[in-house]
Amino acid sequence: MEEKHILSILVDNEPGVLSRIAGLFSGRGYNIDSLSVAETIEPDISRITMITTADRVIIEQIKKQLHKLINVIKVYDLTDQKYVQRELALIKVHAKSENRAEILRIVDIFRSKVVDVGIDHFTIEISASIEKLEAFLMLLKPMGIMEIVRTGSVVIGRNNLKD
Amino acid sequence: MELTGAEIIMKVLKEEEVDAIFGYPGGAVLDIYDALAKTDLRHFFVRHEQGAVHAADSYARATQKVGVALVTSGPGATNAVTGIASANSDSIPMVVITGQVSSALIGNDAFQEVDIVGITRPCTKHNYLVKDIKKLAKTLREAFHIARTGRPGPVLVDIPKDVTIAKTEWVERDLLKMRSFNPTYKPNKKQLCKVIDLIKEAKKPVIFAGGGAIISGASEELTKFAQATNIPVTGSLMGLGSFPGTDPLWLGMLGMHGTYRANMAISECDLLIAIGVRFDDRVTGKTDEFAQNAQVVQIDIDPTSIQKNVPVKIPVVGDCNLALQYLNVKIDEEEDKASLNGINKDEWLQKISDWKSTTPLKYDHNGQIKPQYVIEKLHEFTDGDAIITTEVGQNQMWAAQYYHFNKPHHFITSGGLGVMGFGLPAAIGAQVGCPDKMVVDIAGDGSIQMNIQEMATAVQYGLPVKIVILNNRYLGMVRQWQELFYDGVYSSTTLDHNPDFVKLAEAYGAKGLRAETTDQVEAVLKEGLETKGPVIMEFVVEREENVYPMVPAGKAITQMLLV
Ligand SMILES: Cc1ncc(C[n+]2csc(CCOP(=O)(O)OP(=O)(O)O)c2C)c(N)n1
Ligand SMILES: [Mg+2]
Repeated sequence: MEEKHILSILVDNEPGVLSRIAGLFSGRGYNIDSLSVAETIEPDISRITMITTADRVIIEQIKKQLHKLINVIKVYDLTDQKYVQRELALIKVHAKSENRAEILRIVDIFRSKVVDVGIDHFTIEISASIEKLEAFLMLLKPMGIMEIVRTGSVVIGRNNLKD
Repeated sequence: MELTGAEIIMKVLKEEEVDAIFGYPGGAVLDIYDALAKTDLRHFFVRHEQGAVHAADSYARATQKVGVALVTSGPGATNAVTGIASANSDSIPMVVITGQVSSALIGNDAFQEVDIVGITRPCTKHNYLVKDIKKLAKTLREAFHIARTGRPGPVLVDIPKDVTIAKTEWVERDLLKMRSFNPTYKPNKKQLCKVIDLIKEAKKPVIFAGGGAIISGASEELTKFAQATNIPVTGSLMGLGSFPGTDPLWLGMLGMHGTYRANMAISECDLLIAIGVRFDDRVTGKTDEFAQNAQVVQIDIDPTSIQKNVPVKIPVVGDCNLALQYLNVKIDEEEDKASLNGINKDEWLQKISDWKSTTPLKYDHNGQIKPQYVIEKLHEFTDGDAIITTEVGQNQMWAAQYYHFNKPHHFITSGGLGVMGFGLPAAIGAQVGCPDKMVVDIAGDGSIQMNIQEMATAVQYGLPVKIVILNNRYLGMVRQWQELFYDGVYSSTTLDHNPDFVKLAEAYGAKGLRAETTDQVEAVLKEGLETKGPVIMEFVVEREENVYPMVPAGKAITQMLLV
């Protein structure tokens, strides 16, 4: 049975590290659903947040294979732990005059905001959990979504991270 | 003291106690070669970069040190890739230094520039591009450390030409700390105690030893363990020599060309103790039916090897030698010895001995020279004590089946990648590492032509390697598949245009001998083995001899085709 897993990976902040990880996934036929990378408070360490889907045995392999890479310092699987997850999205949506009020109401309900306005469109910024973001997109869809840019998930454990 | 990059490389090599390098020069490594000429490091100038890497690989296996190869940028580096990939598959500790174009040119598609770090990322244990001379010494030290620590493997260090020329202050070696690389050596004792319990319960146990048993130096403990518990032992191709091939508990190799008794024993066993193996598909055949009646214990230093292909009941992450040491201590302490060395195993050992007598490894002796006979004679004439390297194909399998390896580090073959052309440079590397040993490359007529240029290296350095060519005028192993599974359509496997190997040997300044009939075999072997320098011995063997047993790809290992 396939499962979605959220991995938080600490790596050396060096050129080529992302390519090693991407290469591991492509070379072994693993799946990356989403990926985000940035520096941590220690500038020589980066954190990769990755969502991957596979069956349990493969997930175990993925974690072990990641750990085997010399530049990988730690691999945390947050899936069965308490965590806060967010994703940022910028959404450009058609905003004809008859829809404008409705869009603004949805924006309001989801506590997102309009960051740019054009003659016939709004650009909306939202930061939310995956479920909430999906719901938001579903409501906007009938208005005509022109473009979406998503960052991929970032996730933080609510307690101290366990392996 | 200020040193150039090239001088720093030499100093680190000294520090790491490297005593031989295999390499080939070129523009990007001119400065390194210049510095090299001013040291007493032994450099073996090969005739192709692939040869350098295979030689370094084999040197590492024969001596248990880290092998070192040095090649230039671009084509030098790409020529080295096959050797690197082979060493990676076989977990061989090796450092490969490649020259690179000057830093300022990197990324400009410069002359002889390739992104060798990118190319070799998936086939090295780790690799580096050194852009800053201040990091050169540290990087090289790390490379050696990574290559030999945990599950060994090749590490490539790519060094731009300007870095070899620049100067910096030499920094003495400090304690090497790597926060992200700490392989587990000490196995979990609780897990190992469970193994002892399983042994007590088992009626039909088998030990399966692989390359990890050899690399970790576990042969002695393994032998002790098997003998104390009276458990029969089989081995993968990479595991040959980890347990004495003439011991009554030895089952022979298992897998695609394994013995009948080894494959049957695996299928019937109720406990499988796997030591330093990764359950390659050539070993398991159809995995669903592999050891399906057994509880599996797997000991390996690489966690990714465990539970990858076969479900494991008791995983033990750690060094095979340490794990076996601990098991042996437990066995020594056991008061009820009989519970371990197995009153209840008589029936099992009897069954195995019956399999051996009804279906031994055998071949039909009629007709032309039998390749198996040549290997048996070679075994006899070398007292089973030679270091054997092989090419790939039938020659490799017959070497594995008929040379009955008694000691570790004596069988050197490209197991995981199966590289034709491995054997001759490997023989050179082993001979450099072990000058007093008899080193023999068991070769096929196809494979030997893939790195035949290394004859010049052997002659140049007076390395007395012996090459036994089993000449069947075919790419025999591929032909065998075509015969058995492709209606005998021998598409591109006939070698009717082989060179005259005797003349070829002579052209290189070596000795060439040929046997065309069975009664010439002994004389040729005797003369060849007694000759001081390098020798090619060609044996014109039965053309369509097949390797048996054979498990067709994807079938269960009990479904063997037999002679
Ligand atoms: C570099 C390389 N190319 C192709 C193969 C595929 N291959 C495996 S065995 C074999 C035949 C080898 O022929 P030969 O060296 O004459 O050995 P024989 O099987 O006849 O003993 C081939 C082509 C390989 N293993 N390596
Ligand atoms: Mg042949």
